[in-house]
Amino acid sequence: MIKLRLPGWARLPRQPMLRHLLFGALGALFFYLLSNSLSSFNNFQLGEVAVYAIAIAGLSVLTGVNGQISLGQGAFLAVGAYTIGELEVHQSINLVFQLLIAVAVSAAVGFIIAVPATRLRGPYLAGMTLLLALALPFLSDKYSSFFGGDQGLITLPPDAPGSIDPQKWLTWIQLLCALIVLVLLGNLLSSRFGRSFRAVRDNEVAASLAGVHVARTKVIAFVISAACAGLSGALLVLSTGVVNTGEFPLSLSIYILAGMVLGGAGTLTGAWWGAILVVYLPNQWSQSLANAFHANHLVGANLAVIVFGAVLIIVMLLAPAGVQGGLRWLGHRLVTVSTVTKLGSNISVALQDQPASKQDRGGPDSETAATSVD
Amino acid sequence: MLEVSELSVSFGAVSALKGVSLQARTGSITAVLGANGAGKTTLLRAISGLVKAHAGSVRYDKHELVGMSVERIVRAGVSHVPEGGSVIAEMTVAENLQLGAVWRYGRRERQRRIGEIYEIFPALATRAKQHASTLSGGERQMLAIGRALVSRPSLLLLDEPSLGLAPLVTAGLMAVLADLSKGGEITTVLVEQNARSALSIASWAVVLNLGTVVVSDSADAVAGDADLRHHFLGF
Repeated sequence: MIKLRLPGWARLPRQPMLRHLLFGALGALFFYLLSNSLSSFNNFQLGEVAVYAIAIAGLSVLTGVNGQISLGQGAFLAVGAYTIGELEVHQSINLVFQLLIAVAVSAAVGFIIAVPATRLRGPYLAGMTLLLALALPFLSDKYSSFFGGDQGLITLPPDAPGSIDPQKWLTWIQLLCALIVLVLLGNLLSSRFGRSFRAVRDNEVAASLAGVHVARTKVIAFVISAACAGLSGALLVLSTGVVNTGEFPLSLSIYILAGMVLGGAGTLTGAWWGAILVVYLPNQWSQSLANAFHANHLVGANLAVIVFGAVLIIVMLLAPAGVQGGLRWLGHRLVTVSTVTKLGSNISVALQDQPASKQDRGGPDSETAATSVD
Repeated sequence: MLEVSELSVSFGAVSALKGVSLQARTGSITAVLGANGAGKTTLLRAISGLVKAHAGSVRYDKHELVGMSVERIVRAGVSHVPEGGSVIAEMTVAENLQLGAVWRYGRRERQRRIGEIYEIFPALATRAKQHASTLSGGERQMLAIGRALVSRPSLLLLDEPSLGLAPLVTAGLMAVLADLSKGGEITTVLVEQNARSALSIASWAVVLNLGTVVVSDSADAVAGDADLRHHFLGF
């Protein structure tokens, strides 16, 4: 096997927790610089990407890692969103507490639904979660005095300190939440919980015979994904300024699922790719595509769904493991090919001129010294 | 000491076990033999909790296993290796072994236990980082047994460990099992179609036929009974 050997300072830390923290810090720096160079509208969209990344990462843990499908994540987004809405109507408490309460409420709702839902499998679980997403609008119609009916509840964006642009401040909050969630999920997945999640997905009987509590593991995964979706919904309505059922159509749940599959099921980095596609593809990119072909506005409006479907098909054909899986595969190929060619040239040099090969070390081939054969 | 008494299991109208009773002494190997459909696999699955018994009891080490959940039975020291050595195909060999020890030990002790398994099955050590799906049938079986052993069980239930293995591999596996029981700490119940190799290492043998116990005797006596061999064991 061929391995690239990097100098000590350039290597990633061995502990997964340190590695995830490092990625989180780098991500924070990147997003800070990015958000400073963007317009207010672009920052709004960047915030949306962060929000969807949270929901998609949660679903990725549930579906990609634990093997349970959910078509109803939109319902949990709505739970988090309505929680924030109610809190803003009745109380004026710190945003951090509001978000924590939103997470707790959606986790609790997730738990209530998880106990029966995790007894179901495959299409039956999909059906039940689908029902959740469909049933939601009726609830808010039925109890319109509490949920605000069609009008919904008004949410106010958080006050920005000093002279910071309020939109940028909100984007920072959304990005920070996304990074925290992803670091926490990354740590969770590299712990024994992550191993139990995967074991249950692959073989429930073997997992239970190894001592894994299968039912409990599935409920935990479900609750985690519900909590992520709740946080995502809470952060989403801080941008939109209003909570009503129109914000949480069935298509939202489908987009989150599609984004998860496109990004790469079971990978947390893939959640970013999926979120970017969910935010930009249906709105901006398909609109510019329609404009480029001078299509009339009816085609433009419906193009989003077609383009999304087409992208889904193309990605699944080219990279069945999603964008992240495809990138990983590409990275592996590039590393292997470059080291093999380097090694090949090194060997041929050595064969041609054996005594001189030592002096060659300092020459143009010096980077081959960094490759080793295991 | 494992004590199964009057254990009955049925799947709908079909009764798979009809009042089976048997005992396995601590530290011994008990072979459970019989033709297809005799109820051998169901017996093991009823002991480890994978199927619910509708009557009878399974007493082990002061626990009544009937009615306990699978996970709790595992935690009581019972490891079951099901037919075909069920491993988690998408996880590496090392991860499979870690899974077996995850609920029981801290990180350091877990590594020590896994190291012991690699000593028992050196073939697994060389494949530690490979996915279990890439293993051969024999290696898979070793991994399944290794994962069962990593939690240091006191009762080991093995379902057809020799299924699909070459005779030489089977012989090696049987030698390992015989070695394990020499310490006197592991009680083994070994279900086998391959009666000859099972009897070679077992001290006691139980022959099942259509869900009932036909014979329960010392392994030597069963191996020596020509009629019995001819009728139920086919050798």
